[in-house]
Amino acid sequence: MTFETPHISVQNLNLYYGANHALKNINIDIPNKKVTSFIGPSGCGKTTLLKTFNRLHDSSLEVRVEGKVLLDGENIYDKNAEVTSIRKKMGLLSQRPFPLPMSIYDNIAYGPRIHGERDRHKLDEIVERHLKDVALWPEVKDRLKSPASRLSIGQQQRLCLARGLAVNPEIILGDEPTSALDPKSTQKIEELFIELKEKYTIVLVTHILRQARRVSDYVAYIYNGEIIEFAPTEELLLNPKQKLTQEYVKGFVS
Amino acid sequence: MNIRLIKDKLAGSTMLILTLASVLLAILVGWGLYYKSLPLLEENSVWDLLSSSVWKPSKGEFGFFAFIMGTLWVTGIAIVIALPLCLLCAIFISEYAHPRLRKIVVPVVDLLSGIPPVVFGVWGVLFVVPLIEDYIAPVFVDYPMGYSVLAGGIVLGVMIFPLIISLLLEVFSAVPKEMRDASLSMGATQWQTVKFVLLRKSKPGIIVSVVLAVSRAFGETIAVLMVCGSVIMVPGSVFDPGYPLPALIANNYGEMLSAPEYESALLFAAFLLFVIIFLFNAISRIVLGRIKRKIE
Amino acid sequence: MVFATVIIVGSFFLIVGTIVSKGFPALSWEMLSEIPSGDFYMGGEGGILNSILGSLYIAAGSSLLALIISVPIVIYINMYLKKSSWMGNLTRLGYDVLFGMPSIVYGAFGFTLMIYLGMRASLLGGIVTVTLLIIPIMVRTMDEVIRTVPKELFDASYSLGATRLETSRVVLKQVAPGILTAVLLAFGRGIGDVASVMFTAGFSNDIPKSLEDPASTLPLAVFNQLSSPVEEVQSRAYAAALVLTIIVLLISISARVLSKRLSKNKI
Ligand SMILES: Nc1ncnc2c1ncn2[C@@H]1O[C@H](COP(=O)(O)OP(=O)(O)OP(=O)(O)O)[C@@H](O)[C@H]1O
Ligand SMILES: [Mg+2]
Repeated sequence: MTFETPHISVQNLNLYYGANHALKNINIDIPNKKVTSFIGPSGCGKTTLLKTFNRLHDSSLEVRVEGKVLLDGENIYDKNAEVTSIRKKMGLLSQRPFPLPMSIYDNIAYGPRIHGERDRHKLDEIVERHLKDVALWPEVKDRLKSPASRLSIGQQQRLCLARGLAVNPEIILGDEPTSALDPKSTQKIEELFIELKEKYTIVLVTHILRQARRVSDYVAYIYNGEIIEFAPTEELLLNPKQKLTQEYVKGFVS
Repeated sequence: MNIRLIKDKLAGSTMLILTLASVLLAILVGWGLYYKSLPLLEENSVWDLLSSSVWKPSKGEFGFFAFIMGTLWVTGIAIVIALPLCLLCAIFISEYAHPRLRKIVVPVVDLLSGIPPVVFGVWGVLFVVPLIEDYIAPVFVDYPMGYSVLAGGIVLGVMIFPLIISLLLEVFSAVPKEMRDASLSMGATQWQTVKFVLLRKSKPGIIVSVVLAVSRAFGETIAVLMVCGSVIMVPGSVFDPGYPLPALIANNYGEMLSAPEYESALLFAAFLLFVIIFLFNAISRIVLGRIKRKIE
Repeated sequence: MVFATVIIVGSFFLIVGTIVSKGFPALSWEMLSEIPSGDFYMGGEGGILNSILGSLYIAAGSSLLALIISVPIVIYINMYLKKSSWMGNLTRLGYDVLFGMPSIVYGAFGFTLMIYLGMRASLLGGIVTVTLLIIPIMVRTMDEVIRTVPKELFDASYSLGATRLETSRVVLKQVAPGILTAVLLAFGRGIGDVASVMFTAGFSNDIPKSLEDPASTLPLAVFNQLSSPVEEVQSRAYAAALVLTIIVLLISISARVLSKRLSKNKI
């Protein structure tokens, strides 16, 4: 499947963990302002692929990346590419929330601060706006100065989302962001994603086919480091063309 | 380029220089000691220095044999005392002890490692030396002396307890639990499992631990110096006094500035310690790193 | 096995017990609060305040200096170098070896260096030598703590567009209690070591007033007084050893408590 102006375009991407060939000749276009989900069995390379989008493999010695990832047409693996500004364009939500070791307020203000925002009033405003974006404001507005680690896991995950939004990204990367959460918090995050796709391109890794169906526009099925099938959500989940995909979604009843 | 990136790079290069400089320091220490012992080495062959036991600084005769033997005796005794005890203790802690008991034993061992050498020395003078002089030595020799290589060995042995135990615990924890379970489920007793699985699997690690303990024992100065008598002689039995290399440096360095040859000899002793300990540590750390990596 | 464990645990209590029983009777307020008088080493009046302060100065100064040097090194090998790069491994190996070096080697080297530079034995000389001695302790301890930080925390900061330098601030904040533990351990080692300071710090009956003044240290006071033939002076050595033991035990216990706190709060 191709799109006219894909937000991210992966071309002939191969990734090796030492001798382990973890991603095999990946080609995929991520559409602009849509939710794209990656599904697949454990260990198939979903996380690995997601991390190639903001070059989080850079700090590992044993990882070798070949091929291109174009962000708005520019290869982020180019020698002259500037990694911090690439990462700024993408917010990341990991499997478990990892609040920074500081207060709720500082967690949100951290990004804007490192990117040069010093004005207290502006920072106050940014913090408030993004906490409202993730529907956390009413719950925490009276304890902005308390450590973020005291929040519940569900609240922490929303805080991490707000933290990512505060640097004005264009893309949100979510690596099974609800896997550590209770049903209620999961539902909240899903609702947020549906709301946020108005403004952001969202890439979501998930184990839960229902979740993929609820929130995403497109789904890619990954198996053993390869993209087997990439199609609009309903099509892939209900009428998969590839045999491997059929086997995986077999148990899925609409 | 962005000022943040420049800062990042600049900080990086500064830290790189600092890191390199600090590692170079290790080389500088070795080189400095070597350079200072050159005058001695030019006059004498290394073999003569190590094998002669004539020590007459005023006549310019420097034989290190007595000191080397003193070091070896004290270290040997320390290891003979510490190794079996620590091995048993570490097996107990890692395989048998109730977690609650472990939580008491391990911190005490840690605290033991924090006690300063000079306090060990005082304890040696107050407790070990009289013990040997009044109770142990009289059984074996006619003119019992408390200040002996045995006293040094005992004090040193106690000093290296914590090091050996923590190394052994690390080595034991590297043996996967499944291996023990497999042995136990075949009907082996706990002790058989320890003997045939744990100890066999961790043999290289145990050897490395001993090497590291030996190198620690070699260099320990003050505590040993306080109890082993400091008589220049090749010890003939555990009840003889001895004079280890580090004690030689500690007792005489600082007072010999007028005699360049003497200084050179003492720094040769320090260089000797440096080389031995450098080699022992480097090799055993590399082996230990291999063992650890294998498990990951 | 139980017997071996009892001996090892018992040896700790035996040592502390011996020091307490011999040292406590000789301990007095005068010992802690006064400097030695002229005939102190013959049994005269005075105390060991000079040595207590000398030790504290040296341990504090060198801990601070070593901290300033070690933090960037640890940051560099953990944040700037890739995981298990050869340079990182070599540096770690280097520090393992330096960690194993006995203090007498540092002492001998430090003194040689001081003669070369034309320095007298002084507080500064002691501080520099002890700094060399404790840098490996700090680097190793902090390195271990930083390696327990989950990779995702690094990633969280990086994915906001932070540089390595900015991220290291976050990491340092996360491991602050661990760093404090490292400093305390190093401080404890610094305050108790003799062989490194016996030539480099010199000896003095006065409290050092500047970095160039020679300074006495507590372990050295123990050592020197113990070799005195006068019985009263000897028992003072025991008291000084008791003071030293108390200080060191307090430090190691608080280091332990702190590191426990750390592991409790970890995410
Ligand atoms: N740091 C690493 N070093 C070596 N191999 C790795 C590393 N991380 C992942 N792998 C391997 O790469 C493959 C893909 O892993 P990845 O984490 O991307 O899977 P995943 O699809 O995200 O699985 P899950 O659903 O369990 O999160 C796996 O075989 C894994 O063992
Ligand atoms: Mg994953």
